[in-house]
Amino acid sequence: MMSYALELKDLRKNFGKTEIIRGVNLAVNAGERIAIIGPNGAGKSTLFNLISGRFGPSSGQILLNGQRIENKAPYEINRLGLSRSFQITNIFPKLSVFENLRCAVLWSLGYKYTFLKFLSGLKDANDLAEKYMAMIRLDKKRDLLAMNLTYAEQRALEIGITIAGGSNVILLDEPTAGMSRSETSRFINLIKEVTVGKTLLTVEHDMGVVFGLADKIAVVVYGEVIAFDTPEAVRSNAKVQEAYLGSQLADEQAGGH
Amino acid sequence: MEFFIISMLNGLSYGLLLFMLSSGLTLIFSMMGVLNFAHASFYMIGAYFGYTLTNVIGFWPALIIAPFLVGGCGVLFERLTLRKVHKFGHVPELLVTFGLSYIVYELVQLIWGRTAVEFTPPELLKGSAFTLINNASTGLQFIWGAAPAEMCRASDTAIRIVCSPFPATRAFMMFVALLMLLSLWLLLTKTRIGLVIQAALTHPETVEALGHNVPRVFMLVFGAGTGLAGLAGVIGGSTFVTEPAMAATVGSVIFVVVVVGGMGSLSGAFLASVLIGVIQTFAIAFDYSFVSVSKDLGIQLSSAMQNNSFLKLTISQVAPILPYLFLVLILIFRPKGLLGTREG
Amino acid sequence: MKTYQFKPYNVGRWLIWSLFAIVLICAPLIFTSNLSGTMLAQMGIAIIACLSYNILLGQGGMLSFGHAVYTGLGSFVAIHALNAVTAGTSHVPVSLLPLIGGFAGIGFAILLGYVTTKKSGTPFAMITLGVAELVFAMSLMFSEFFGGEAGISGNRVAGQTVWGITFGPQIQIYYLIAIYTFICVALMYAFTQTPLGRVLNAVRDNPERVEFIGYNTQRVRYFAFIIAGFFAGISGGLGALNFEIVTSEVVGAGRSGGYLLFTFLGGATFFFGPIIGGVLMVLAFVLLSELTKAWLLYLGLLFLFMVMYAPGGIASLIMMNLRVASFGKLKQVWVSYLGLFVTAFVALIGAGAMIEMVYHLQLNSALGNNLKFMGVVLNAKGVDSWVGSVFVMLTGLGLFEVARRQFLVEWGDIQIEIEKEIKRREAA
Repeated sequence: MMSYALELKDLRKNFGKTEIIRGVNLAVNAGERIAIIGPNGAGKSTLFNLISGRFGPSSGQILLNGQRIENKAPYEINRLGLSRSFQITNIFPKLSVFENLRCAVLWSLGYKYTFLKFLSGLKDANDLAEKYMAMIRLDKKRDLLAMNLTYAEQRALEIGITIAGGSNVILLDEPTAGMSRSETSRFINLIKEVTVGKTLLTVEHDMGVVFGLADKIAVVVYGEVIAFDTPEAVRSNAKVQEAYLGSQLADEQAGGH
Repeated sequence: MEFFIISMLNGLSYGLLLFMLSSGLTLIFSMMGVLNFAHASFYMIGAYFGYTLTNVIGFWPALIIAPFLVGGCGVLFERLTLRKVHKFGHVPELLVTFGLSYIVYELVQLIWGRTAVEFTPPELLKGSAFTLINNASTGLQFIWGAAPAEMCRASDTAIRIVCSPFPATRAFMMFVALLMLLSLWLLLTKTRIGLVIQAALTHPETVEALGHNVPRVFMLVFGAGTGLAGLAGVIGGSTFVTEPAMAATVGSVIFVVVVVGGMGSLSGAFLASVLIGVIQTFAIAFDYSFVSVSKDLGIQLSSAMQNNSFLKLTISQVAPILPYLFLVLILIFRPKGLLGTREG
Repeated sequence: MKTYQFKPYNVGRWLIWSLFAIVLICAPLIFTSNLSGTMLAQMGIAIIACLSYNILLGQGGMLSFGHAVYTGLGSFVAIHALNAVTAGTSHVPVSLLPLIGGFAGIGFAILLGYVTTKKSGTPFAMITLGVAELVFAMSLMFSEFFGGEAGISGNRVAGQTVWGITFGPQIQIYYLIAIYTFICVALMYAFTQTPLGRVLNAVRDNPERVEFIGYNTQRVRYFAFIIAGFFAGISGGLGALNFEIVTSEVVGAGRSGGYLLFTFLGGATFFFGPIIGGVLMVLAFVLLSELTKAWLLYLGLLFLFMVMYAPGGIASLIMMNLRVASFGKLKQVWVSYLGLFVTAFVALIGAGAMIEMVYHLQLNSALGNNLKFMGVVLNAKGVDSWVGSVFVMLTGLGLFEVARRQFLVEWGDIQIEIEKEIKRREAA
């Protein structure tokens, strides 16, 4: 039996007395693109934090390719093949674009903590970093310090760092946050390109992005998944319409893509 | 028995002094994220201000005025220097307070000299608060004030009498510290400004969005924290010694207290201060070493072991490093600190 | 906004390293006095120490208040090893004793670093302080290893002499130090170009993100700590050979503070900054302390000033001006610079006069009230002297503020011009 790429079993998380995640069940097949939507405060970022190991669940299980990863440290989870990006850009500001990407590939290529090799001599790391730099279209800004990039460029670098490690399961937390219309559509194409063949989970608010990108949508409301289905099915789901998609605005946004 | 009580009280008073200092430090840290490296320097300034003011207007007025002066210095420093480096992050803030500690140390030596100054407590506090008399025949007695000489010397030398006075300065220290603790608690939980401070402790931006002048609150908290340190300085300086090295001796201990108690936890700081104060006071009083204890127990040790400098160490000799040992142990077994909530 | 770049030297790399070697070789030939000899030797030791400290501070973002623990313990182990050579129980050549110090540094860093690197940021700094106090307090307790009040002394003329080199004369120990300095600087620079070195930078910039690219942040810091400990130990070992005596103050808070102060002053954001810092440290301790008793006060004030206005240290100031010069715009601003320096100097004279007068009253009042300050006789108790000093200082400060505003305006204009130039070059 082929295990799911990512599986959440009755996941719960309390902060003090407040239950944020109240029993989430989710099963994602390999290669699927899932969009996680829901009103603010529903617990979407918390879910991501739980999956990626930023903190541990109060109860429940998280399985990555059949292996339990809850309560593992972030670096352990990353080494098992899961990467995530952040809603608030989380890059290495004082390193150049190239260095940012190179750092992201080092562990996956097995260089670990070595201080006996020179970075300039690591052909595979350098080539890989160049490849991803071209993929995210930042090769012209190779030696620019990351903190001097524009906002959209930093978001692109953020995605670049996330995928450079070669993980098969990618979590993107509101990748298009704060972008203009044109930037967003360009970004969506970029995301599609760089996540070919990988399992993708993305938290999104922009309905256009969601309906254009996702194979399936998971709707999270008050810490529970109230629907997990194809976009059309979710669109017509009465519960979802009531909780979230009931506005004309959402319809218009969805219709535009 | 009386030894235990007196030592316990001594330890408590020292611990409470540590708490007076570490509470200000914790408040400033929780509030602003700044670990004020110069906190002990404000303690020292308080002692010196107290000394100078006492010579001019007497101890009791000095006790009131000196802390405000010190708090004023703190406010000035925050306004002129700390605020400027706030945007650079926490490391520069720490560095700036580090630099201040150097400067204060040099200035104090410049103005008041390199040797200790005679900061004596006022007449009222010069004697003993109370005395415990352990009379072998009549048992334990408690007397207010100092015991008259006849009560301490038995006419019959067979009866053992031990008089243990408890200095009034120490008692006063405990009194002030407890008063301060109470007012701090009342301020933080019962008043409006206290509520604002508590909120700003974890969510300064939200509080600012609500219309409160957070930079001003920061400035006030910094001034209050350093003022508390100044108050501790007046009391500590008159009870112990007032010299340029006093900042260094107590400075590192309060940082240990803050880390051991759990960074950002006032109750943790209280617990750690009292614990460290009591343990260190008791340790200094004990003159036992591994070698001496074995001798008392009748265990024969080889001459190599008897000459081993490690085993010859008495507990009192080890006393100075106990806080730091405690620090290392806490870090290994309970890195969050005793009552810490924030993962520093 | 100042931008800091960790620029690797690509063109002229050979040139720079050769120049460095030449300076090391020729320095004692140019500065031949005895004082220069000892100072140059101390500078080499200080350079290694400050660079090792910067592995933590500038490259790793770890503020340590207890680096002297590792240099100091390296010194103690080395001097004991030296005495073993003298006693004949060890046949390690004297020239390799600093390596023994280095290994001691590694050992203690492994032991103490495990606990220290459990945390980061401010708690890390506090832990280093606690550990430093622990070690210093222990140094007063165990007199066999630490030598108590008198410390441990040794004689570096010991063991087998190779090619007639006994290391007795100052010049010989200088060249030994110079060789170690060159090798250590090269190694530490090489470290910055390795995966561990680069990931260490990433940890400095964004420790949380590093976890999400597969690295255990704590491990990275621990390894960097050990490597810094190695070089610190070497520095300590060289110090033991140079001074032939090691006392407990080498693990003291004053020395740790000194490393912090001068590494920061030199510049923590560039590789060569701590080299400047090390040189300044020796100059300050040896020369400045002779000039005025208030030197620590001045140092503290300078440090404060630097943290507020030039947190990248002297190295960043140099690089900023080099950048401006490379665009040919330095001459536009040199008049403002002149104004800044002159007014600052005036303010300094006023403040200095007051400080010296206070010191005079403190310490030398038996010699009467007059003292010489910069060629002028001042009366420490006289109103004129005081009023004059206050006036000079306030005037200086006021004019400095004026000059500073003018400078900032001009500097800002230049930055804008440079940005335009960069854009033009990019488009071309």
